[in-house]
Amino acid sequence: MLDFPPWKRIYLWAITLFLALASVPSLVTVAGVQWPSFLPRPMVNLGLDLAGGSHIMLEAEPSQVARQRLETMEEAVRAAMRDAKPRIRIGEISTSGGRLSFLLEDPSQVDAARGLIEPFTTGAGLTGQRDWTIQVVDGSRFVLTQTKAGLDLAINNAMESATEVVRKRIDALGTREPTIIRAGSDRIVVDVPGLKDPQALKDLLGQTAELEFKLVDMDALPANVAQGIAPPGSEIVPYAKGTPGEGTAIAVKRLGGIRGDSLTNAQQTFEQQTNSPVVSIQFDPQGGARFARLTSQNVGKPFAIILDGEVISAPNINEPILGGSAQISGSFTVDTANQLAIALRSGALPVDLTVIEEFSISAELGADSITKGAIAMVVGLTALMVFMLVTYGRFGYYTCAALILNLLMVLGVMALLGSMAALTLPGIAGLVLTVGAAVDANVLINERIREERARGRRVVQAVELGYKEASRAIFDANITNTIAAVIMFMFGTGPVRGFAVVLMIGIVTSVFTAVTLTRMWVAGWLRRKRPTDIVL
Amino acid sequence: MKLLKLIPDNTNIHFLRWRVPFYSISILLMAASIALAFINGLNLGVDFVGGQSIRVTFPQGTTAPMAEVREEIDALGYGEPTLQALGQPNIISVRMGLPDEEEPALTEKMIRDIRATLEQHHPNAEIGSAESVSGKVSQELFTTGMVALLLAMIGISIYIWVRFEWQFGVGALFALAHDVTLTIGLFALTQMEFDLNIVAALLTLIGYSLNDNIVVYDRVRENLKKYRKMPLPELLDLSVNETLSRTVVTSTSLLITLVALLLLGPDVIFGFTAAITLGIFVGTYSSIFMATPILIWLGVKPDSFVPKESAIDAQERRARGEA
Repeated sequence: MLDFPPWKRIYLWAITLFLALASVPSLVTVAGVQWPSFLPRPMVNLGLDLAGGSHIMLEAEPSQVARQRLETMEEAVRAAMRDAKPRIRIGEISTSGGRLSFLLEDPSQVDAARGLIEPFTTGAGLTGQRDWTIQVVDGSRFVLTQTKAGLDLAINNAMESATEVVRKRIDALGTREPTIIRAGSDRIVVDVPGLKDPQALKDLLGQTAELEFKLVDMDALPANVAQGIAPPGSEIVPYAKGTPGEGTAIAVKRLGGIRGDSLTNAQQTFEQQTNSPVVSIQFDPQGGARFARLTSQNVGKPFAIILDGEVISAPNINEPILGGSAQISGSFTVDTANQLAIALRSGALPVDLTVIEEFSISAELGADSITKGAIAMVVGLTALMVFMLVTYGRFGYYTCAALILNLLMVLGVMALLGSMAALTLPGIAGLVLTVGAAVDANVLINERIREERARGRRVVQAVELGYKEASRAIFDANITNTIAAVIMFMFGTGPVRGFAVVLMIGIVTSVFTAVTLTRMWVAGWLRRKRPTDIVL
Repeated sequence: MKLLKLIPDNTNIHFLRWRVPFYSISILLMAASIALAFINGLNLGVDFVGGQSIRVTFPQGTTAPMAEVREEIDALGYGEPTLQALGQPNIISVRMGLPDEEEPALTEKMIRDIRATLEQHHPNAEIGSAESVSGKVSQELFTTGMVALLLAMIGISIYIWVRFEWQFGVGALFALAHDVTLTIGLFALTQMEFDLNIVAALLTLIGYSLNDNIVVYDRVRENLKKYRKMPLPELLDLSVNETLSRTVVTSTSLLITLVALLLLGPDVIFGFTAAITLGIFVGTYSSIFMATPILIWLGVKPDSFVPKESAIDAQERRARGEA
């Protein structure tokens, strides 16, 4: 037990020094000294609650994905039936209940229709399931139902691209080192250090940015439109807030418009005559061609620019727009125009995202927490060391050395783990607590040595037995603490996780310092001095 | 050099003689805590009930104009806010329930309005942190928090059961329930905010309260093997007394660091630290007065840790002609 060959001593010291030194750059930085850049600089990563910044959690509405798939399928089916040779005539398509159902006018065309629709479905999941099921009831009614696997896959894809869009938009804001991760099946968590007020971020991410150009239905009766009744083939779209038409609505043709997903660029600029902020957009070649066709075929008629289901403006087409670029003017400020440009550039979100949780903290409050935590740590540690010294004398001195090394090693390990382990506010408490708890192992050992001496054992034997007998309780106690910490880590969110990480690292390093290192030191002392009695 | 001894050598305090009165008091306290939690309710944080909370710091040395702030925010028409001083008179938290679950945009608007109002009327005030949690998320957080707490208690008890005997597992579980209940009672009494961090604090104190239990149980096991003939109450007393010095020194060490954190540390985690500090007190008490006497009632036998004689051993013994 007390035999430490030189290689083992060197090895233990090497581990200790390596981990303890890894904490130095972080400590020096907290003290306000610039760490030389040519030296390696592992840094303890600070959680948002210490660094200051904003955290928001966004959630998608899965039913929206289902609705969109239904719409896409409806358009696809309609086009396929119309373009079929011979044409397949169908009745009104019903989309109620999340299913698509329609009647064939000629029941003999069932097989032909099925042959056309089947290619629209694809495999989903590993079980060989399709993403839609096609049923024919009563001989001529088609019913298309989305399968769970198909919907899950679609939601997953939508979230994947939504995360990408979110990333692009945040990058465009120019904030530093955002963390953007998907959480669960329908959530995205965004952490932006240094951002004090998340309002701008939320505005930007809350915007779906689905841009559409649709022809205004001039045949709709104003009285009907006001009541929200659209002519067949048209829909009622309200004017956006802040536009001159706010509070009213217009009827636009449902089909034959252009979607804004064929944009290559969008920029905030100024209109030359009025000098008001506008958004200039640039279509890709295909979109440009379609836009040219739409505008040349409808010169003199108004078309509506619709953003996220609200009309921004409905200008007249004065002349065909052939260059593939256009300007969107609305009632923009420079900020809102810029925001829209960013949103259009990054593409539309495939699903609406709503903020379901947000948290922001100022950097000053975070820095204040660090300072106070550090002061509490120094005071607590000093008091504890005095207590150990007066209680255990020489053995208390070993305990103190182990304590300081333990603290440095916890920080060192966190610095080496980098972004995998952030120090949070509860984590500071965890650090202080670890210091308090780390002495427990030494207390157990020292008390046991004291007891064994009282039973009349000789010094070396008492020390050996003290370490041996105490190790059982030390082991059990640390296992239970690990159980608590692991559960905290599994169930906790950001700050609590940080606490659990500190506890877990602290458990390992404290056993190492309090048991292994102190034993090495005590053994060295016993060998050198060969004391016949110990004060304990 | 004369060393400090908080507990003199060879104490012989008959803790177990008082087990019935101590148990009665503790069970009474547990019942009172539960009753208090029901009557007073817990002051649940926004992460558990949903809503939004802003921490506002007014200039050092001034007192936060609580009445004014209340009026200004009330005038916005979202309802009356809950204001609470946070340790110092110039720091307050402003809490509001969510206006309408179905309408996330309204929540957004409310947060913006409250921020704007505060900034307009109190340009000197500093908004330190702001938090808003939807009802759905808070429900989830509450559930996971409670599940985590239960899992930790059960998991740790199972570990004790495996390492010792079932009686020790039950004893540990009872002591843990005692510690957690009393701490929750404190929060019901003081109306300090009970949030996710406090659940973490409870998990921590479960871990550390167990430390004490294990040390005593470990000694009980050792003594059970050593003194086969000693009556159980006496043996338990001996075990508690032998480990008493360690129990007191360790708890004192923890309290030294925790009190430093409580008095000098960040006020944002005051409740968190307070919960752990109280937990250390209660946990030390429960490992001596709750977890140990229960072993008598649960019927721990002096031969609990004597290995069962294997068939081969029995054969050998007979072969040697022993009884």
